[in-house]
Amino acid sequence: MNSIILLAGTRLLVALLLVFSIFMLLRGHNTPGGGFIGGLIGATGFVVYAIACGTEQARLALRVPPENVAMVGLGIALFAGVMAIFFGDAFFTGQWLFIGATEDDKGLPLSSVLVFDIGVYMVVMGSILTLTFALEEGV
Amino acid sequence: MATHGTDDAGKAPWLTVAGMAPVLLALALFAALLQAIPAVSAGESLRFAWDWVPSLGISLSFLIDGLSLIFGLLITGIGALVFLYSSKYLAGHAHFTRFALFLALFMLSMLGLVLADNLLTLFVFWELTTITSYLLIGFDHATGKARRSALQALLLTGTGGLALLAGFILIGTVAGTFELSEIRAQGNVLQDHALYLPILILVLAGAFTKSAQFPLHFWLPNAMAAPTPVSAYLHSATMVKAGVYLMARMHPNLGGTDVWLWTLTIAGAVTAVFASVMALKQTDLKQALAYTTLMALGTLTLFLAADVGYAITAAMTFLIVHSLYKAALFLVVGIIDHGTGTRDVYKLGGLAKAMPITAIAAGIAALSMAGFPPFLGFIGKELKYAGALAVQSEPFLVAGAVLLANALMLAVAGIVSFSPFWRRKHLADDLNAHEAPWPMLVGPVVLAALGAVFGIFPDLLAYSLVNPGVAAILGDDVKPAELKLWAGVNLPLILSLATFTLGIVIYIYRQSLRDRLAAMGERAISLDRGWDRVLGGLKATAAWQTRVIQSGVLRHYLFITFATLFVAVGGTLLARGGFNVDVSMPDMLLKHWVVILLIFAGAMLTLTTSSRIAAIAGLGAVGIGVALIFIIFGAPDVAITQLLVETLVVVLFGVAALKLPKLDPGGEKTHRPLDALLAIGIGVVVTLVLLMVTDGPLDRRLTTYFETASWPDAFGRNIVNVILVDFRALDTFGEIAVVVIAALGAFALLKGRKTEEEKP
Repeated sequence: MNSIILLAGTRLLVALLLVFSIFMLLRGHNTPGGGFIGGLIGATGFVVYAIACGTEQARLALRVPPENVAMVGLGIALFAGVMAIFFGDAFFTGQWLFIGATEDDKGLPLSSVLVFDIGVYMVVMGSILTLTFALEEGV
Repeated sequence: MATHGTDDAGKAPWLTVAGMAPVLLALALFAALLQAIPAVSAGESLRFAWDWVPSLGISLSFLIDGLSLIFGLLITGIGALVFLYSSKYLAGHAHFTRFALFLALFMLSMLGLVLADNLLTLFVFWELTTITSYLLIGFDHATGKARRSALQALLLTGTGGLALLAGFILIGTVAGTFELSEIRAQGNVLQDHALYLPILILVLAGAFTKSAQFPLHFWLPNAMAAPTPVSAYLHSATMVKAGVYLMARMHPNLGGTDVWLWTLTIAGAVTAVFASVMALKQTDLKQALAYTTLMALGTLTLFLAADVGYAITAAMTFLIVHSLYKAALFLVVGIIDHGTGTRDVYKLGGLAKAMPITAIAAGIAALSMAGFPPFLGFIGKELKYAGALAVQSEPFLVAGAVLLANALMLAVAGIVSFSPFWRRKHLADDLNAHEAPWPMLVGPVVLAALGAVFGIFPDLLAYSLVNPGVAAILGDDVKPAELKLWAGVNLPLILSLATFTLGIVIYIYRQSLRDRLAAMGERAISLDRGWDRVLGGLKATAAWQTRVIQSGVLRHYLFITFATLFVAVGGTLLARGGFNVDVSMPDMLLKHWVVILLIFAGAMLTLTTSSRIAAIAGLGAVGIGVALIFIIFGAPDVAITQLLVETLVVVLFGVAALKLPKLDPGGEKTHRPLDALLAIGIGVVVTLVLLMVTDGPLDRRLTTYFETASWPDAFGRNIVNVILVDFRALDTFGEIAVVVIAALGAFALLKGRKTEEEKP
């Protein structure tokens, strides 16, 4: 598609969408967002890029094949679940680490739940891009 | 007959990592189990347990008592010998590593099965043996026969496994626990329960398919398509004994009733006699041995029917006797096959000169099989007669069946290991026979020697294994029978002498008997062919219903799906007769009307337009309207997701639409009135259901739980997301796995179509 407006807009839009998708992923535990929504937004970013510049460019920008993103994401999600076993809990029990926690403040919370959400993010984004790219290339 | 190049195998290196690792593993496990003997023979049992799924009462618990110790030692001991044997037998085979892996996996599954103390853990290992056995039978996958046999074994034992699972779940609900040791401590709870009969039928369905009891026996002779070491290991010494093990294990909880007694007696007796007759008929050594395995399984079932000390002692002793001689003889047949290239009894003879060690090992194993003193087989046979005369059902019928089976067994022992080696027919020169290399000789020699050693010193076996095994089944109160070579002149001894006479007569007249059996066999109904018909019918039914339901037109699929939904939901509504919903108009704000208008306009556009793009945009408008409803009623997460999915779906559809023809080219709209009717029907039904749902009081228990637990337990304030990634993470994991699979599937379809088009 050769639309100057779309091309110019895409530059801004894609960067914004990708940053926003990660923002949504990270805030998800306490406010609306999360891996699923983040992944959808991230996928939208690349879909817009593919519409404006072609799937070839979009694939280059992604650097790795989208199906690999999806599969690695699934592996990360599984790993997040398995992590609990190493700490003696049942499969998929959330594991938490509070860095710099004090009496009143929980500090920086890191958790296997976040790892799981990152996996979900990658699965959603990778799967949608796999489909979209393949469809667009098929046309 | 040999599936491998005899000459190549002779030169290929056999001392490989893939070959030796399973041997060492089996030896290590064997040594570990040996150390349990002192404790177990002193009457203790060792239990190891880890939580697995505690909320469902499933634990990884293992119990070493007399019964599991016998099986465990047989599995690991014979395993080590068979693994060593196959490292030479299949040396240089292209897929040897795969073979060694399957065999080692099988051993571990089987060991897990006999050691498991939890019914569901036992079931998991049970199914693992089914799967590994499938892989091993079908190892020679290039031949159709191996594939058919593997599938047959998988389907039959797999079906039995499903029945078994149902039985185990029933046991779990009746007893309130899945732990075998706890169920056992409850005494006769199962026997007295109303569900006893269904439980018994289901459990025996599993045991009978696995242990190939008549009429579910026919997969076992077919399973001989596997390489000979597999037959020696799985189909004689271990896997087929899993059913026997199960019956022995469940004996305290399911046994002791008339149904148990008669079912096992009849099934066992019929299997034993039928299998012995069939064994006599075979001319392939491996097939003959396969049928004698059936006979042994039948005999074991027969003795497990009873709950008297003699019968159970006989079962435990015969279990060991049979495993020793049968594994030895199968390995010998493998050596004959390896050395001569044939297993046909008519072609073999006079091999003793070329294969002296094999001949002696085979002879000793066969004497044990035939039940001659001073071998363990003799003690086993004496005990069998004593046990048969002690059973509660019909002592003379049982003894008669055992007598007939034993006599036939003696004749088959002669056919399998006397005639190929000692028959005065100098075929050895033509066959270019040679003695097996030592890794292949160790197995038969050790196993045959053990049969002799235990025969001369039966106490070695009695106090270490047999008595604890009997105690594990019958409890400590019942005295097990003594194992001794000379028990004086009594009825069992007289029956033994009768067996020898009858057996030798049958051996001498084997040829004419075989001819008569062959003539009879042609008229008999073949269950194996019946199996083919059943499978064929199943496939035809599947093809028929696929043709009917799946026309390949997407519209028909949607129509069938929605019509089913309409009939099911609407039918339920009608049947329950509950339409009395309050349809009073709620207070509507302006924003509500706007959303409704948007959805309605989108739907109308979709219905009336003839452009695909416009239709998709219309659908998008409907989706956005739904997202707005979510926002109005305070579900931002769902609304965001809905909006994003709607956006992406429009893009995907838009891309796909470029490839599709115009909507409804002229004259193809005949289906639309019917579609409209169905659409309205679905709309009405769904609306009614929704109204009814909102009419009743909402169950807020879950909502309240998540609201209160979300922050303290999962450190998150967004309940939706906390449910997704923490409380219900396993569900989410399943869902994203489906997403990946769907994406990869669609990817393969799209790419596949592309390459097809690119072809000139």
